[in-house]
Amino acid sequence: MLELEGISKVYRVGTFGGKELHAVSNVSFDIEDGEVVSLIGESGSGKTTIGKMILRLTPITSGMIRFNGVDISTLKGAALKKYCCDVQGVFQDPFCSYNPIFKADRIFGIVRHEFFPGLTGAQWSAKVEGALRAVGLNPPDVLNKFPHQLSGGQLQRFLIARALLLDIKLLVADEIISMLDASTRMDVLNLLADLKPRGLSILFITHDLSLGYYISERAVILYRGCVVEMGSTEKIYSNPLHPYTRLLMASVPRLDKKWEEVEAGLRVRAAGLPGGCVYYDRCPITDQAGCCDSRRPALVEAESGHLVACSQVTGQ
Amino acid sequence: MSLRVENLTVYYQTLKGDVRALERATFSIADGEIMGLAGESGCGKTTLGHSLVRLAPPMRFVEGRVTLDGEELPIWDTERMNDFRFKKISIIPQYAMNAMNPTRKIGRMAAELLRSRRVDFRAKLPELRSRLDLVNLSHDVLNMYPIELSGGMKQRMVMVLSTLLNPSLLIADEITSALDVSSQKAVAEMLVAFRDQGCCKSVMVITHDISILYQIADTILIMYAGQLAEKAATATIIHSPRHPYTRLLISSLPKVGVKQSERRLTGIPGSPPLLLDPPIGCRFRERCPVAFDRCTEVPPFTEIDRDHFVACWKAFEEHARA
Amino acid sequence: MKKQKKHEILYFALRNNKVRFGFTIILFFLLLTFVGPLLTHYAPYDYVNPKGAQPPSAKHWFGTTMFGQDVFTQFVHGLRATFLVGAIGGALGTFIGIVIGFTAGYRGGIIDEILNMITNIVLVIPTLAILLIIAAYLTVRGILVESLFIGCTAWPWAARAIRAQTFSLRARDFVDLARLSGMKDWRIIFSEIAPNMMSYLLLVFILQFGGAILIAATLDFIGLGPTNAVSLGLMMNNAVLWGALLLGVWWWFIPPGLAITAIVGALYVTNVGLDEVFNPKLREM
Repeated sequence: MLELEGISKVYRVGTFGGKELHAVSNVSFDIEDGEVVSLIGESGSGKTTIGKMILRLTPITSGMIRFNGVDISTLKGAALKKYCCDVQGVFQDPFCSYNPIFKADRIFGIVRHEFFPGLTGAQWSAKVEGALRAVGLNPPDVLNKFPHQLSGGQLQRFLIARALLLDIKLLVADEIISMLDASTRMDVLNLLADLKPRGLSILFITHDLSLGYYISERAVILYRGCVVEMGSTEKIYSNPLHPYTRLLMASVPRLDKKWEEVEAGLRVRAAGLPGGCVYYDRCPITDQAGCCDSRRPALVEAESGHLVACSQVTGQ
Repeated sequence: MSLRVENLTVYYQTLKGDVRALERATFSIADGEIMGLAGESGCGKTTLGHSLVRLAPPMRFVEGRVTLDGEELPIWDTERMNDFRFKKISIIPQYAMNAMNPTRKIGRMAAELLRSRRVDFRAKLPELRSRLDLVNLSHDVLNMYPIELSGGMKQRMVMVLSTLLNPSLLIADEITSALDVSSQKAVAEMLVAFRDQGCCKSVMVITHDISILYQIADTILIMYAGQLAEKAATATIIHSPRHPYTRLLISSLPKVGVKQSERRLTGIPGSPPLLLDPPIGCRFRERCPVAFDRCTEVPPFTEIDRDHFVACWKAFEEHARA
Repeated sequence: MKKQKKHEILYFALRNNKVRFGFTIILFFLLLTFVGPLLTHYAPYDYVNPKGAQPPSAKHWFGTTMFGQDVFTQFVHGLRATFLVGAIGGALGTFIGIVIGFTAGYRGGIIDEILNMITNIVLVIPTLAILLIIAAYLTVRGILVESLFIGCTAWPWAARAIRAQTFSLRARDFVDLARLSGMKDWRIIFSEIAPNMMSYLLLVFILQFGGAILIAATLDFIGLGPTNAVSLGLMMNNAVLWGALLLGVWWWFIPPGLAITAIVGALYVTNVGLDEVFNPKLREM
């Protein structure tokens, strides 16, 4: 349904824009109908930028994103509006997603104004109430309130309800539960997973491996704008190949095991050279072939449906 | 006994009245103990941490007694607390890493900090250097500006600065929340190293992330709606909690290797009560699956096993039966 | 809740001494512009007193000029011109500032750079030199022309300030969400971004208002003011031209000078007060 083909995002930084900052470099993956894909990475890995590029909030420097075969950067006017109907996003900070001086249900009002100007008041409120019930909210409790009168969990549910009003095909969920309380996190996440039977695809952006595993069929691990490993979630979790993925696995605080004495090798060596492996300076594996600092490893299929970009593992 | 808190009650003053953010907190932290303090947002854990260091308006001291190493802390008097702050009791606030002055080099900042406490910077320099080694920071950071450091490095720098005078108690308020998992682990492990090296006698780690506490804490104190719910050794809290809130909180945490399609995790229904006008009796009553008529009375925070405190009528009953 | 918030602002505004003080003074002068002309039965340039300059008396409250014109009449009519210049010049300056600031801040990129360049150019243009040229071409200059000129040269700092605010608001998630709803850019600016800056825009307008009055007084005083009207600045200009300072005719130049100082001063005090009202951190509790 959605294909990303070698997309990159380069920012010009420095006094005269002389330096280039590669936020995302040459990322390709796809999302099938009704599939949940996790995009996992730490801050600065470019995961949010990828989400914004899919939502057309940030232009792409190079590469192409195709939705049902159509290059989304060419969309204009009515076609763009149709795309907004198909693809929607929910962001990390629930309080930032609302204009603080208006009531929270204004986000529905905007949708009505832009997409359903023909509906009568009664039809519209029935539709809104339906969507609110679908996300587990009781309409009288939450309508007509200001954002600060609602909890973070309620606000995130509101945003999901807004997306449901549009009958979307793909939802980009960018860290939507990371700012919520532990007691409401799982419920919002379950809600997201329960949308799958509606034929909805989800791009679940997160820094938390356990959440990615909980909800998604496939995972894409991102480090400094590059895909370092991707494949079915089970295979990645049972057999993480890339040293960065392994480090992530070792660092996740868990309740069943204590952090083993993992030699994380966090000693900062000289910053990785351009063109070399992006993980070079933190990688605990010794560079036997002597090529890690000069050649960027390609994504290679290590077992069926499980790809990794590390020359130490793939033995290139 | 490093820290002893008795009946500490602190309110927030607002235009609408007092918000009862912390009521009748009684607990202690032993020498060398790392105590985790956990609960949902708004449960009063940050209020508790901050009131021990700087109790300033809108916070209002109502009653209570705090002793540190046998000496009573005048926490209601921010002026007199100056003698204890940073020397005996030190805090790393939540956003400390963003609070560093961007126009000062880090070394100069450290010197100014020490001078304000009438300590000679030169004399402390070797100590400072060895602390930097302890947290894996190069000595060059003293000649750098805060902007040149990453979030994790800044957090570690703040940790070094706030423990430089070997305080008796270090309070770490949500210091790992804004970090990536790999830096989280590093910072958390450094807290343990600090304790082991004697940079601080005991540590209070405030966080909403219980799985981090499981990794580093000796004991865990769970708070709910401004009151203490349960305190016990880490293993006890995680594996055999007594308070229904603790149980629900732990079961709602995401676990590595659990798939939604196989095992559905659930959160805690409902939301915490407003503390402007809290319900009478046990404050968890409305959300509690095992609440009964006795719960209209406030359950006392009682020691049911050695070093296992809990405030729940049901837990008392279960314990009496066992 | 919104109502409550408005009430809250009104409550703090009415309790704020700076706002009260400034507002009272402005209101007093504003009232004078309407009531004043009714209290006098002369026209500003009528020669009513054949004896020339006379100190204030029961008949001529503010005395008369060297030519025997009634100073009070000139004063209240001049006051009206001053408020007009402030309102038109201030509104125009704020309007241009808003359009340029919002466009530059929201669009960013190359448009921002171009608009920024224009803003900086206008900011450093020697206003006086341009006015000399304009004065040479226009033989008859009215209050309106003067206000337009002031409005067209005073906007740059407002544009810069609004641009910076827009820039930070644009990065908020709710703007992204509005874009995802297919909202048009101008609608996002006016219905999502601008309401968040309402207090700020009000302050910009007040400062532009005061600034316009001050510039107008300066222009009038050096003889580049309106040729067919009366204003407070012109009064001072005439007073100085005919040696009122040397001859001790203080009642000719003190009232207009004092009025300008009081109005502009009151505007600035109101501005500081409102700043405290809108920004809870500055509120004196």
